Order: sequence, then C-alpha cells, then structure tokens
Amino acid sequence: MSTTVYVPRDSAARSVGADEVAARLVERLGDDVRVVRNGSRGLLWLEPMVEVETERGRVAYGPVGASDVDGLLDAGLLDGAGHELCLGPTDEIPWLSGQQRVTFARMGVVDPLSIDDYRAHGGLAGLRAALAMTPERVVQEVTDSGLRGRGGAGFPAGIKWKTVREQDGLKYICCNADEGDSGTYADRMLLEGDPFTLVEGMLIAAHAVGATVGYVYLRSEYPAAAETFRTAIEIAYSHGLLGQSVLGSDLSFDLHLRIGAGAYICGEETSMLESLEGRRGEIRAKPPIPAVSGLFGRPTVVNNVITLATVPMVLADGAATYAALGTGRSRGTQVFQLAGNIARGGIVETAFGISLGELVDDWGGGTASGRPVRAVQVGGPLGAYFPEELFHLPMDYEAFAAEDGLVGHGGIVVFDDTVDMAAQARFAMEFCAEESCGKCTPCRIGSVRGVEVIDRIIADQDRDANLAVLEDLCEVMTDGSLCAMGGLTPLPVRSALKHFADDFTGPGATPPPRATPDAMHLEDRHPKPIAGNVGTSSTEVSS
Amino acid sequence: MTTQAGTLADVVSAAVAAHRDEPGPLLAILHDVQRELGYLPREATALLAEELNLSRADVHGVVTFYRDFRDTPPARRTVRICRAEACQARGARDLVAHAEQRLGVAVGETTPDGGTELDQVFCFGNCALGPTVEVDGRLHGRVDATRFDDLVGDLE
Repeated sequence: MSTTVYVPRDSAARSVGADEVAARLVERLGDDVRVVRNGSRGLLWLEPMVEVETERGRVAYGPVGASDVDGLLDAGLLDGAGHELCLGPTDEIPWLSGQQRVTFARMGVVDPLSIDDYRAHGGLAGLRAALAMTPERVVQEVTDSGLRGRGGAGFPAGIKWKTVREQDGLKYICCNADEGDSGTYADRMLLEGDPFTLVEGMLIAAHAVGATVGYVYLRSEYPAAAETFRTAIEIAYSHGLLGQSVLGSDLSFDLHLRIGAGAYICGEETSMLESLEGRRGEIRAKPPIPAVSGLFGRPTVVNNVITLATVPMVLADGAATYAALGTGRSRGTQVFQLAGNIARGGIVETAFGISLGELVDDWGGGTASGRPVRAVQVGGPLGAYFPEELFHLPMDYEAFAAEDGLVGHGGIVVFDDTVDMAAQARFAMEFCAEESCGKCTPCRIGSVRGVEVIDRIIADQDRDANLAVLEDLCEVMTDGSLCAMGGLTPLPVRSALKHFADDFTGPGATPPPRATPDAMHLEDRHPKPIAGNVGTSSTEVSS
Repeated sequence: MTTQAGTLADVVSAAVAAHRDEPGPLLAILHDVQRELGYLPREATALLAEELNLSRADVHGVVTFYRDFRDTPPARRTVRICRAEACQARGARDLVAHAEQRLGVAVGETTPDGGTELDQVFCFGNCALGPTVEVDGRLHGRVDATRFDDLVGDLE
C-alpha cells in the first residue's frame, strides 16, 4: 500500500518550492507514494511543510527543499522517522495545538478538492443543520453567534442577513474575495485549501435570506486560488451541492466565480458590485445599502470569504458555542495573519481578546531580521501603525477603534527599527492616489495633495504650517470621502505622525524626495508608477 | 492586416458568444480577449461596443479603469514585484531599486529589446514570505537581490 504524503498546494508554499518537492517525491517513489496537495497548516515560515501519514498520525517536516527529499527518504521519511527537519506529530506542534481553529479547522488537514474528505472532517454538518431550520431561525443563529463581517468593517452578519431576508424577489449572495490589503492572505488560503467551506457558507446564506444566485468576486492576483475554486464549484455541482435541490432539499443555488482586473478599490462592496456588473469599479453612494439594492439593483448579501466560511461552523456547533469565544462585542475567533518582517509568519486563529503583543512577540517571535520591532500596521493599508507601547491592546474591534485604529481583516504587518515612518505615511497617501476610484474629491485629490504636503514636511519647509495643512487634509478626507478608501487613509498617516513624530523631523530631515512626479494626472486613473522616487529618496530604508 | 483584423474580430466574437448569456459580462469578455491576444488592441473597443450594444466610451472607460487591461502587446516576459507594506517591511524598496538597476528600466517599462517588462503589484497575498516577485505568472517568495538575479538570469 502506498504511503500518503502531504505537500501543500498553497501559493505561499509554492513560492518557496513546494511544487519541486512534490515532483521529486513522485520521481523517487512513483506509485509507492500518494502525494496529496493539501492547504497550508499556516506555519508559513516552515513551508514547504511536508507531512507523512503514519500509524502514529501525521508527522511533519519543514522547511523541506527539493534537495532535502533524498536525504529525508534515506532517513525514513515514509515511516515518520527522526531527522533534523522533523517537527514531530503535526497535532503536537505547540504553535498549532495552542490555537483555537474554528474557521480554519480543516485547513491543511483535508484534500481541498475531495468531497469525501470534506464530509469525513465535519463538512456539510452546518448546511444540514441549517436546512433543518426555518430561514428565520438560521438568521437568528448567525445573529446570536455575534459573528461580524471579517472583511474589515465588522458589521454584524446576522443583521445584514435579516435585512436581505425581509426583501422580496430575486436576491444574490456575493462573496467578497478581493483581498487586496497587504498583510492579509486568509481568504486566499481558504480558497486554495478548503474551498467547500465557502461553498457551504454561501449555501447557508442563500437558504437564510432566500437567494438563488451567488458570485465570488476574486482578485486577479490570485490565479491559483481561482483555479482551485473553479474546480471546487464543478465538483460541488457534480455532487448535487449546487444547482437544483441542494442535498435533496427545496434549496436551489447557482454559484459563479468572477475575476477582478487589478483594482484595490473593488474590495469596497459597492465598487465590487459595479465591477460584477461589468462596469468601472467606481463606488456607489450609500444609501441605498446593498442589502436593499445591491447587485443589478436586487437585495444582496455581501460578505467576506472568512465571514461566510465561518457560518458552517456556527450552524454545526450552535451559536452559543461560537459566541462563548471572544471578548466584549468581538465574539468568536479571528484568523490573524502575521506578516511582514516577522520570524514566524503565518496563521494564528484564536479568540478575540488576545493582545497585539502576544501575537507579534509570542506567536510571531519578533522580527525576521532579529532587530527590534518598531512598528506594526494592523488591518491593511488603511489601518493604523502602532508602536510597542500599544502592544497591550486586545484584538477587539472597539479597543482598536478607541486608539484610532482598526482590526480590519486581521492582518498584522511587522516592521523593524530600520523603518522610516515618514516614508510609510507618504506611501499611504501615494497608495490612495494610485488606487482611488476617482469618484469623490477628498479621496482623489486629497491623496495627491497629501503626498505633496508630507514631502514638504519631510523637507522641513514651513513645517508647522504644513503640519496644520496635513491635519486639515486628513480631516476633510475622513469626513468627506464617500467610502473607506479616502476615509481611512488618514489612519496610517495620523498614527505615524502621532506615534513616530521623530521620523518627520530632526537629523532625518532629509533633502526632499524629488518633486511629486506627474504621476498624478487626475484624469488618468492609472498614473504611471512612481518610479522616479523608488529607491532614489534618501529617506528609503537601507539595509 | 486583413488577417489580423479577421483574427481580432473572431476572438472578440468568440469571447462575446461565450459570455453573452451572463449578466454584466464585459470584464469576463475582456479577460478572454486579452488571454487570447496578450493585450486589448484599440480596435477591440469598437468591436465590443458594437457586439454588446454599448457605447465605445463605456467600453473604453472599463478598459482603462483596470490595471490588468493593456492596449499594447506584452514583453516576452513579465517580472512583477510586490511593493505593498508587508513586502516593504522585508526590503521591497531596495529590491525594486535593484531590479531597476539590473534591468536598466524603471517600473512600468520594458527593456529596449522588448524582452522583459518590469512592473509592480500591490500584494500577491504572500505577506509572510516577502519580498515577493512574480515571473511570468509564477510566484517566488523571499526574493533578495541575489535570488532576483538568478530569476532574471534566465531571461537573457
């Protein structure tokens, strides 16, 4: 009988050689090995992490390069034998066993494209439970669980569903998989590593609100996720999970995958809807909210991947079980993503309430460079930069809001002490200028002016006056922008100014970066990259 | 030229036919045409407008809104570097500077021989293993200057 070996198909694992490892195993062992391309367990610094099925359970090795394969096989890899790369039984790795995996319970465990494997690991239990309930009851369960939108806004999922439930006629479920925030990759991992969970979550949502059609809007930067999820949809249809009479019930649901085209703004829900309709991804003014008038003007549930993928667990185990985890109004778990300059980067799923410092220092092990941590950005490009003095903050929507930050999608990007926070603040404005949809003035023009003003501050030109202008500008963008793009860009800028004021002055008062290039032609939504400034400014981090 | 025009019309028609029954199909059609041809020739705008009963301005507006769509043929190879925060924290700024020097072009440009296009991306979702570079659709993590030179070495 052939031995089963797991080599992740996850894009992160593949970016450091997982395909080559799988190929070498097959080359050496042929039919003696069954290679399953699973999702990643989330210990990304140990990728490619290979697991072997043994009588003692699965035994892990990592990081394994293709050139390690022969030596591992000689040492007895297939028997789970000891080796310097051996991490022991996977389930006993403290970094993994210490987590509270709910949404990511199956991540890395199952073959992502095997329905049998999915069922064997608790898949479809949530859907069966939901189908046995009235739609109203399902909405109540989701409300009672306290589950809030994991895409960043944190809006209670049950309330949104209730609004859609109360509308009439054709309704849609739209999954926002336009995961553009730097430092976040949980959506991608789920689509690549446990795609049926998302399908199941969308089916439950469809049953709950009375929708018949669903779309997953996935960014084009994730081609591997698209391939896996497209296959998962086909498999789901062939097993009667999608289409007419799902699992023999009255529920009918068609699911489509749509691919974006390189626009960060399409992660904003109304911009995503415009894009799904085949138009420019310009945001819509609200109201009406999508729950009342969304895709093609119909009532639409728009939820993030992780939100929808958590629903099956809520229904399978009950709202009370999920709500028992967490703190304050942040119930359940968050799939935290440790990123940037971090020693142990990867997925830490645990209940809300864990402190920022525990995640960065205890789980993440500090920086990868070995230098002191100086700043962490939480919640993506629109999230605040925090210093170590705020590491006591609990991961909690309200606690972060109180410090002018946001939990967002749970991404945590770590920077060491070589970071220039004035450059990061400038980048926040630059990014907004690059990605603004252009619909509203505070965002479209404010961001361009923001880059210019920060350049003047860094150059020590009329410092106080320009600081006042920047503050004024941030206020206008915060209060006057139509959506979170312009509205939240001031968060990283203001937090950098507040917590790292020294970087905007003093001996670091560097010659001005070259004048903001003509990249900012406002009629052009795709300004030339700001190549003239890349690497040429003396404010750049040097190693 | 006639052959090219014929080809373009065929490609556009096939893409439209494949998605005609879908609501809001324009993005999917544009992706299909670009996958076939490598880019969206300007003439495609008029053809698509005609086929889909949209104005040329509507189609042009969509094509120019999204970064993925291009109206010039791609270089033989495309190198894209992530410039977003998580990769910045791992040295992406230096890597971009190195890449520009190594290839002799700025981000957004193609080498004079038309061989390599250097571009930037804001996030590949490989944020724990940056800096991340994509060469012809293939993702590479933990890319430093040396590894970058190895990756583009094959291009020459």
